[in-house]
Amino acid sequence: MKWTRAVALGLGLVASSVTTAVAETTLKFVPHSDLKILDPIWTTAFISRNHGYMIYDTLFAMDANGEIKPQMVDKYEASADKLTYTLTLRDGLLWHDGAPVTSEDCVASIKRWGARDSMGQKLMTFVAALESPDAKTIVIKLKQPTGLVLSALGKPSSNVPFMMPKRIAETDPNKQIEEFIGSGPFVFKKDEWQPGAKLVYTKFDKYNPRSEPPSGLAGGKVVKVDRVEWLPIRDHQQAVNALLAGQIDYIEAPPHDLHSLIKADKNLKMFNWNPLGNQFTFRFNTLAKPFDNPKVRQALLYAFNQEDFLQAVVGTPEYYKVCKALFICGAPFESNAGMEDKLEANFKKARELLKEAGYDGTPIVLMHSTDLQILTNLAPVAKTLMEKVGMKVDMQSMDWQSLVARRVKKDAPAQGGWHAFITSWVAADMLDPVMTGFLNASCEKAMFGWPCDSEIEKLRDDFAKATDVPRQKEIVDAIQKRFVEYPTHIHLGQWYNSGALRNSVDGVIAAPAPVLWNISVK
Amino acid sequence: MVGYILRRLLAALPVMGIVAVLVFMMLRLTPADPAAIIAGDFANDQQVAEIRTRLGLDRPVVEQFAIWIGNMAVGDFGESFFYKKQVAALIMERLEPTLSLSLLSIFLTVVIAVPLGTLAAYKQGTWIDRIVMGFSVIGFSVPVFVLGYILIYLLAVKLDWFPVQGYQYIRDGVGGWLLHLILPALTLSVVFVALIARMTRTSVLEVLHEDYIRTARAKGQSELKVLIRHALANAAVPILTVIGLTFATLIGGVVVTESVYTLPGLGLLTVDAVLARDFPTIQAVIMLFSLAYVLVNLAVDLAYTVFDPRIRY
Repeated sequence: MKWTRAVALGLGLVASSVTTAVAETTLKFVPHSDLKILDPIWTTAFISRNHGYMIYDTLFAMDANGEIKPQMVDKYEASADKLTYTLTLRDGLLWHDGAPVTSEDCVASIKRWGARDSMGQKLMTFVAALESPDAKTIVIKLKQPTGLVLSALGKPSSNVPFMMPKRIAETDPNKQIEEFIGSGPFVFKKDEWQPGAKLVYTKFDKYNPRSEPPSGLAGGKVVKVDRVEWLPIRDHQQAVNALLAGQIDYIEAPPHDLHSLIKADKNLKMFNWNPLGNQFTFRFNTLAKPFDNPKVRQALLYAFNQEDFLQAVVGTPEYYKVCKALFICGAPFESNAGMEDKLEANFKKARELLKEAGYDGTPIVLMHSTDLQILTNLAPVAKTLMEKVGMKVDMQSMDWQSLVARRVKKDAPAQGGWHAFITSWVAADMLDPVMTGFLNASCEKAMFGWPCDSEIEKLRDDFAKATDVPRQKEIVDAIQKRFVEYPTHIHLGQWYNSGALRNSVDGVIAAPAPVLWNISVK
Repeated sequence: MVGYILRRLLAALPVMGIVAVLVFMMLRLTPADPAAIIAGDFANDQQVAEIRTRLGLDRPVVEQFAIWIGNMAVGDFGESFFYKKQVAALIMERLEPTLSLSLLSIFLTVVIAVPLGTLAAYKQGTWIDRIVMGFSVIGFSVPVFVLGYILIYLLAVKLDWFPVQGYQYIRDGVGGWLLHLILPALTLSVVFVALIARMTRTSVLEVLHEDYIRTARAKGQSELKVLIRHALANAAVPILTVIGLTFATLIGGVVVTESVYTLPGLGLLTVDAVLARDFPTIQAVIMLFSLAYVLVNLAVDLAYTVFDPRIRY
């Protein structure tokens, strides 16, 4: 069998020419999607946010207990009247081009973020002035006290207030930045970027991490590898194959149906890096009849039960939790107020409410996304439950991007508009009433679905103005009680996923976003 | 000959024009808005509208088309909505993996299929013929993605001979380049090997019974010479036609194969662009694929003259 030996030898030679020995350690990471937009302030896409955590740093950050801790900030103080916040930057903070980080850079960054992000916009309504009296001091002067300063600047998810050099942060907020220099723990290697195939980050040798141990997104961001490669593998099965073959180290979020394959291999392990998880959400179009009537929306709050949805999609109870709280179970503002008898599949009550509302059998246009595996089974469950209470449902299947385009249309459902769709939110985006986008009930200014309720808006404002936690909790209870009278959306259940790693990978941090500092590869 | 080539190239212009109109109109009819996709989940109506204006998507469709055609006439294919790069530059970056995959697949197809088909014809009715035709049926019947996963599981995951996915540019080493391409090229080739082997067998069988083959044998020429110089050369025109069609069909195949193997070529670019509704990129890639189709057909027609001197243009 000379030919087999020759082939083996040939392959060996070829292989050896490929695997040239290199001293540096590389973490090969498969993100949940390809990165296309590199400006994490301009878009809210999670993949851009995750890229942001690689190369940028934040003034404050949320730790594993949900508390906001200083990150780039060394110390801060609020004046007695709570109208002035003074932040002092840490020593030794540098941009990737070697220039020192200054308070002017941070002020420009806060302004750009404040023009884009919904929570930033809210914060800015309280801000009278942003000043930089010296290179290390930032002064935030407020028109009236608010509890939003730290929570907004330490916001964990999109849009995260990442700090950028002044010349970059002064880019028009409606245009994307074109230079990618941060002060975070990794440097983006634009010259090695292969759009659609590979992104490369290297350790920023001059990064000065905090001395505290890492906790959530806070604490010391110590980088333990020389290089990180993001390899966006579109096919989940292929990503798992590459992990099994040892050609990659870490998959951010393999789908649940591949977990058994991963768990069966002794060289692999799984880790739930996002303990807060995600929340499935049913969104109403409150402009379209019959959902313009809150009673019809209330009917669904009674008709639905989360277990049916979670079973249909996730299946394994290990990865889901029935959670009625508007602001996430396990988070500081978890509350059951007003929700006790809701989401219990009470069809009788739902039918009564529909009758009271005078529901005339108008078909409900339910948009059904078919190409995102995690969402595909949700709409059929909703359809079944809605039909059980006597609603007619016109479930229309489409790809997610078609749904994205259609959900911004205010046309009547029969003329290309819509009544409802189902999506999933990262729990870290729903931790309080200001942050939760679907609760915004400011009519035209609200997100698609356009709920319009002055009472909810007043309570959200009250929450923004509240500066102590007990008062904030009182408001949260009040908001939840108002929410069940005027539902803007319905939570269909909290769910979790885990990253898949080779055993050689250590130090993954549990946080609302997948961060890659502290990770070592043996 | 030159006149013929020029006439064919001129005839390609209306074809390209029709493709341009169809691609442009179909994209505008798709129920998705690139501006809403770019803006992200949290964007409000105003932000989406601003992006739409900046991209020129709020202009009348006819005006958008005129601008696109006008720019394309001077070699400007526009800027990708997402990558913020010139589409022409994006395509140039992606050309190498696609060309490499296509050429290697064609090479594998021809060097495997033509000898197998010729052998099957020569050994008609024997077990060799039956094995080749059996393989051919399997090659036709097994979907590419099933075959791809079987090859990956056996050769990449279990035996660790090849990378599961990814691409290495030629500039980084020919060995690695080849190693990364073998599995995808094999996956892509199998169906075409089956097709061309069958076609070759049929064509060669037809000429094997011709008088000039009997004459060549009577002159005492070796069987190999008879097969290659007389039988295969005279059977080449239909085989060449199928190879030409294969090259064109490969364009569809690379889209799937590049996605499964994460090869950063034009196929993957097309999939990403379609999913993101990146209009300028989709339009340019489809135009390029159409041009490639036209040119390959022209090349095949010209190649006929090499194998059959009776054909003149």
